[in-house]
Amino acid sequence: MPLADARAICPDVASRPADLPREAAALAALRRWASRYAPMVASDGTDGLMADITGVAHLFGGEADLRGDLHARLERAGLSVISAIAGTRGAAHALARHGGGIIADGALAQGIGGLPVSALRIDHATAEALSRVGLARIADLTALPRAPLARRFGQALVLRLDQLLGHQPEPVAAGAEPPHFGVRITLPEPIGLQSDVMAGLALLLDRLCATLALHHQGARRLRLELRRVDSGTVQVEIGLARPMRDPVRIAALFAKGVDEIDSGFGIDGLRLSAPITEPLPPEQIGNGPTLRHEDALADLVSRLGNRIGFDHVLRMIPADSKIPERSFQIVAAAWSEPVAAPQRRGPARPVTIFPPEPVTHASGHPPAQFRWRRMRFTTLRAHGPERIAPEWWFDDPAWRSGIRDYWRIETQEGQRLWLFHTPQDPSWCVQGEFA
Amino acid sequence: MATLHNLATRTAPADPFTLTAGRVHEAEGPGRRAFALFQTLRHPGPVLWVLPAHEPQRPMLRGLPFGLGERLMLLTPKGETDLLWCVEEALRAAPVALVIAEPQQVLSLTAGRRLQLAAEAGRTTGLMLIRDGQGSNATETRWRCAPAPATAADSTLHRWSLIKNKSGTSGLWTVNWNGATAAVHLVPPAGERHQPAEPPR
Repeated sequence: MPLADARAICPDVASRPADLPREAAALAALRRWASRYAPMVASDGTDGLMADITGVAHLFGGEADLRGDLHARLERAGLSVISAIAGTRGAAHALARHGGGIIADGALAQGIGGLPVSALRIDHATAEALSRVGLARIADLTALPRAPLARRFGQALVLRLDQLLGHQPEPVAAGAEPPHFGVRITLPEPIGLQSDVMAGLALLLDRLCATLALHHQGARRLRLELRRVDSGTVQVEIGLARPMRDPVRIAALFAKGVDEIDSGFGIDGLRLSAPITEPLPPEQIGNGPTLRHEDALADLVSRLGNRIGFDHVLRMIPADSKIPERSFQIVAAAWSEPVAAPQRRGPARPVTIFPPEPVTHASGHPPAQFRWRRMRFTTLRAHGPERIAPEWWFDDPAWRSGIRDYWRIETQEGQRLWLFHTPQDPSWCVQGEFA
Repeated sequence: MATLHNLATRTAPADPFTLTAGRVHEAEGPGRRAFALFQTLRHPGPVLWVLPAHEPQRPMLRGLPFGLGERLMLLTPKGETDLLWCVEEALRAAPVALVIAEPQQVLSLTAGRRLQLAAEAGRTTGLMLIRDGQGSNATETRWRCAPAPATAADSTLHRWSLIKNKSGTSGLWTVNWNGATAAVHLVPPAGERHQPAEPPR
C-alpha cells in the first residue's frame, strides 16, 4: 500500500523508513535464541524463522505446549509473533502467514486446504492467473491432475505444491554459524606474576591463532580480559598494524599492557578474544628479505601505535587538489598503503608547510623588505606569481580571503620562503619554506 | 642484472656528508630540515620522521624529493617522553633506514647515550633536528645548517658546517643542492674560485 493511501485511511499513521540491515541483525539474534527449541533453525525470508522440531516437541510437553512457551517468552520480550506447526516446511510457512496454528499429523491436506493459493510461495503473476481461472484455494489445486497444471502454470507451481504436501523433501538448512574468535582458560589457583600471565596468554594465543588460521583470518584487534578473584575484571587491548596470527609476535605486543595491570588478590581466569578480524590467506613463507622487512615494519607500527595511538602513526598520500593544504592527505599508516607520488609538474613546492603566518612591514609588490617571526628579510629574487583560486565547493575558513598569488622569495639572509598575497584583502603571509 | 642491482643499492661514496651508519647525529640551524631531506636521499628504505603533535611545520608531500613520499612515515607523539621513546623504538627496528626526530627540549647525556645504544642495536642511522645549543654530548656529529643566498638564479646554496665530530675533523662547506637528487655540487670558497687565467701582458 502506498504511503498516500495509508494516510488517506488513517491521517495519524506513523511511518518510519525500513532499516533492512538492522532488521536482518535482529532476526539473526532471534534465530540464535530460537535454537533453544530445535537444533536446526534457519531464517525464512526476511520476516520469518523456520525450525525443524522433529523429535523435540515432547521435551516441552507436546506441540501445543511448545508453541505456548514460545509465544509467552516472546510476548514477555515485547514481540508479537504468529507461529504455525505443520508436517512440512511449506505448510508451516503458509499457515504462519495466514493466521497460524497447529496442523495435526495426517490432517495436512484438510488443514491447509482452505488457504488461498498465494500462500504457496509462488510469484504474483501465477497467483493472479490461478485466481482468474477460478482456482482460489489450495484445496482446488490438490484435486486437479498434475500434468495439465504443470503445462499451464509452470513446473514451479507443481514443485511448491509437492513440497507443501510432502511429496518432495524440503529440509531446514540452518546457515553456518559465523566463526567465534574467543578462547578462555580458568585456573585452579589464582596467579599474580607477570610471567605467569604471559604463560597463560601464550597458551590462549596458540589456540586462538589456530582458530584464526582455520578460517583464514588475521586479528586486527585483540582483547585480553583477566578475571580477578575479587570478581573484578581488567582488560588489556592491543591493535595490530595489519592482520596477523603469529602467536610470538602478538605476545610481544601484550607485554607492556600486562606489565601495567593491577592483579589485586590474584587472577583466576583469562579470556582472549579478537573483536576485529580481517581476511588473511595463507602465505608462502621464506619469500625473501622483502617480506620479512614488511613484517618487521608492521611490528614496529603496531608497537608505536599501541603506545602513542594509531592516529599518530601517519603517512602522506597525494590528493587531487591545487590547494596546498589539501594537495596531500595525512592518514593513519595502519589503515593505508603507501601510494607512489605522481610525477611532479608545474611550479616548485616548498618542503615544509605551516598555517599562514602574516608578515609585517612589507614594502613593495612583491615586498622588497619584510619582517617575519621577528626577523628582518630583504628580497634578493622573487619568482611568481602563481595564482590559486579557492575551491568554492568547500567552505574553508582559511580561504575566505579569496584568491592567492603565491611567490617564491629568495632572501638575502638565505632563507627561501613561500609567500602569498591576497589581492581581495591585501596582505602578505608566509606559508612554507623551500630547501 | 647484477650490476644494475649493485648500482641501486650501493653505498654512497665516502664524502664529508656521509653519516656514519648505526650512529645518531645532530643538525641545528634554520636549514636543518633541508639537510635531513638531503640525507633521506642517501638512505634507501623506510624513513621515520618523529615530530611533536603540536608542531605546525610539517613536510609537504609535493615538495619532497621524488620517491620519498612512499617510504616516509610521520610519527606525532604527544609529549617529549613519548617522542624519545618513539625514536628509540624506531632506531632499534632493523628495517628502518633513517630516523629523523625533532626533540623540543635539551637532549640529556643519558638520553643521547640511550639513543646511540639503540642505533647500534638496530644498525639504524638517526638524525636529531635540535634547536640551537640543545644537543647532547653523546652525538657522533653535529651539523650547523643554514641556507645561503644564491649568486645565480638557478642555484640553491646551503652552508653546512660540521661543528662537532667524534671521529674526524670539522669543516665548512658551501654546497649547491637542488632538493631533488642525492648529488651535490661543492661550491669553492670565494677566494679560491677557479677563474680563467689572466692573459699575459
